[in-house]
Amino acid sequence: MNDSGTFWLPEAASTVAAEVDGLFYFVYWASAIIFVGVVAAMIYLAYKYRRRDPNDRPEPVEESRLLEISWIVVPTILVLLVFTWGFQTFVTLQTAPPNAYQIQGQAYSYGWNFEYPEGAQTTDELYLPADRPVQVRLSSREGDVLHSFYLPQFRVKQDVLPNRYTSVWFEATEPGTYELFCTEYCGVGHSQMLGEVNVLPADEFDEWVAEAGINEDELSLVELGELQYQRNGCQGCHSLDGSAMAGPTFQGLYASERAFADASSVEADENYLRESIIEPDAKVVEGYGSGIMPSFAHLSERDVTALVEFIKEQQ
Amino acid sequence: MEAAAHAASQTDAEPRTYLNHETSLWEWLTTKDHKKIGIMYLISLAVVFLVAGLLAMAVRLELMSPDFSIMSASQYNQTFTMHGIMMVFLFIVPSIPAILGNFVLPLQIGAKDVAFPRLNLASWYVYIAGGALTVTALLVGELSTGWTFYTPYSSQQGTAVIFMTGAIFVSGFASIFTGLNFIVTIHKMRAPGMTWNRLPLFVWGLYATSIVQVLATPVVGITMLLLILEQTLQIGIFDPALGGDPILFQHFFWFYSHPAVYIMILPAFGILSELIATFSRQRIFGYRAIALSSVAIAMLGFLVWGHHMFVSGQSAISSIVFSLITYLIGIPSGIKIFNWIATMYKGSVWLQTPMLYALSFLFLFTIGGLTGIMVGVLGVDVHLHDTYFVVGHFHYVMMGGSVIALLGGMHYWWPKITGRMYNETLGKIAAGLVFVGFNVTFFTQLVLGSQGMPRRYYEYVDRFAELHMISTIGSFILASGLFLVLGYALHSLFYGKKAPQNPWAAATLEWTNVAAIPDPHNFTSTPLVTRGPYDFHKADEVFGGSGDGQARGDGAGSDASRLAPPEAAPSAPKEDASA
Ligand code: HEM
Ligand SMILES: [Cu+2]
Repeated sequence: MNDSGTFWLPEAASTVAAEVDGLFYFVYWASAIIFVGVVAAMIYLAYKYRRRDPNDRPEPVEESRLLEISWIVVPTILVLLVFTWGFQTFVTLQTAPPNAYQIQGQAYSYGWNFEYPEGAQTTDELYLPADRPVQVRLSSREGDVLHSFYLPQFRVKQDVLPNRYTSVWFEATEPGTYELFCTEYCGVGHSQMLGEVNVLPADEFDEWVAEAGINEDELSLVELGELQYQRNGCQGCHSLDGSAMAGPTFQGLYASERAFADASSVEADENYLRESIIEPDAKVVEGYGSGIMPSFAHLSERDVTALVEFIKEQQ
Repeated sequence: MEAAAHAASQTDAEPRTYLNHETSLWEWLTTKDHKKIGIMYLISLAVVFLVAGLLAMAVRLELMSPDFSIMSASQYNQTFTMHGIMMVFLFIVPSIPAILGNFVLPLQIGAKDVAFPRLNLASWYVYIAGGALTVTALLVGELSTGWTFYTPYSSQQGTAVIFMTGAIFVSGFASIFTGLNFIVTIHKMRAPGMTWNRLPLFVWGLYATSIVQVLATPVVGITMLLLILEQTLQIGIFDPALGGDPILFQHFFWFYSHPAVYIMILPAFGILSELIATFSRQRIFGYRAIALSSVAIAMLGFLVWGHHMFVSGQSAISSIVFSLITYLIGIPSGIKIFNWIATMYKGSVWLQTPMLYALSFLFLFTIGGLTGIMVGVLGVDVHLHDTYFVVGHFHYVMMGGSVIALLGGMHYWWPKITGRMYNETLGKIAAGLVFVGFNVTFFTQLVLGSQGMPRRYYEYVDRFAELHMISTIGSFILASGLFLVLGYALHSLFYGKKAPQNPWAAATLEWTNVAAIPDPHNFTSTPLVTRGPYDFHKADEVFGGSGDGQARGDGAGSDASRLAPPEAAPSAPKEDASA
């Protein structure tokens, strides 16, 4: 990111950003003028008519119709102007050009998966072509909560729901790296649900997307397990280096003795790992809460096995 | 025994006041005196405000820098959740009506009490029951939904949510009781001569508020009930996993919570009118516009809830309509600001602490309103929604508006409530600290938000670090101001100078016709109202009639005992005793 933002707004990197910023600054300056007027009038009057004697008995002031009407009419006009402008920008934000490049986005607690028409898939990284309109169709995973897809440098935001699709479109103007934030509160990992947006010049993007398509059938089980570990967001809660996160680390997990809250314990063999993926609350390791990890019963048999093999590798 | 001693001493020395009458704990807990109920609310709400405020300090401390940490992510989420819930549902919504409304409303309209004193007492108990349920919620589990309880997250959080939503359901009745009581009181209990055009604007504000309380609160009650039913019976209403619709929850929630912002701000508008008029000694400029626009805002306020949902996935057409109505409702608020400022014109502006708060309000609420316009702009709100800009906006209106007005009102009516003056110098210092601290804390949050900082984040990227640090420093200045207020308020209770009957030379009945510390029955004889609430030019009694330099308007500085009791407004002809 090159730091070319203003005092109020971050760098602008999409076509709508310029329009939104113009509107923001129009409202801002109009507000600033009104505000300065209000405060100046307040200070002036408070000083000019300050109390000089406890016995001051000012004459009552007659209201001025003209004044009252003018301070109704002028703000009304201003506000209608701003509404109309905001409305037009909103329509632009809502109407994707018909030729927009389509990306599927799936949100989960706590991460983002993207899938490109050419078959490429990424996690927490969104690759975009510059100067080409892009539409991202969003949904949240089945049984998951609300999230929101926010690109501050692009000035776009769209809530992501578990039971239906929503979509957002934009056109990146500058190659570079930008931020993706989740802006709908979603739980302990909300502030870690970040992504990186990489805008590439159009030709580089085409190259990238052609290469990035992976054929899962050609991967070994451990490789596939690693891919699934990232894709399903396991890394949001389970580290590989022994550090504690919302869930237990995978390092040294296999074949270790697991102690549960009810004082029972069991060795973490393949079947235990499998159960923990498919039915996480069946046994909850001491010190962790139940109901935190979602079930991954929807994964295919091969994917689950791959995950188990991957965890076994983490010694 | 103590009570007996009191009774003995009061007959010869002190006059009977509501504070030395029926003083045992039991008599307080069963009192039907609106003034005592107001004080019971004051104490309960002060505790809530203190706890919720400390939680806010914990949040600010956690966010002070990216690497500094005092709690885990899950504790952080619980902290801001409880801060929000307590501040909104248990503090600001009840605050001004329950404390100052209860205490002042009957005095201002010349009534002996509210229309339904028992219902009034019941409202306090219901509120306390809500508080007890809140504590239960904290004991049974973790509550981390945010004050908005958005589904399906909240549907997955277990029993704490059920108790907390239960608490909101229950404490909603306290609001409804108060609202009903005030509406009937204002319609039926006004003193002779107290026409609608002579009602103090605080009463108008409370009237408009009460309408919203009675109409809107049942909706949040029902929403909370549906949330509970969904979780206990597993019927799908809001949770998509059960076949419900999360957006429906948002519609229900904001259908209450937008009008609720008017429950918070309309009484504050009312206080502001009292302060500006009294401390400018001028008639409120555009009395009618202010009175009627409050009622208009109360009504229109029901039609804009969708402006909280511009990016939720609701239809674009609804967003557009909601944006338009949002603007139309912003205009009356702007007009009020202009009216208050114009009121100072050719007045006699006395910068005592309550007036400093009133001027702070004008400054802060203007920023709050203008940032409201900013987030109401469809295209811009897409960028600003759910960032710190919104956090900044609503703190400017709720804290910079409602809480500042409440502080101003508390200082203004403190002498009437306690019979003591507070320390004016400390009062001014605290008002300054609060003003500076508030702006340092929340103006930076406006910038943070427009720069893209999302709200409810436990961690944040480095480019926000500086502004977060400034905001945290501001919150310490703000807190020091508020603790100073607490300190000198407690001091004044015991050591404050005795307050005269009308230290501010105000012209409304609670100052002109009620003793320094009110009688248990407020008025010794029913007042007959012959002028408007701010007709200082007709209010001879306020100035001691002759204007001979013995003004009573300066009670804060002068020796109260020197002043003869003012001539009260004439009494109404004696009514039938049973009336
Ligand atoms: C000129 C008047 C006002 C306008 C035009 C206005 C407009 C708005 C808009 C459009 C939003 C939604 C922003 C978003 O979520 O993206 C909002 C949020 C909010 N406003 Fe206002 N507002 C005004 C006054 C007030 C007042 C008087 C209060 C309360 C005393 C208030 C309290 C709130 C709160 C609490 C929220 C955010 C709630 C949340 O998301 O947690 N507003 N306002
Ligand atoms: Cu609203």
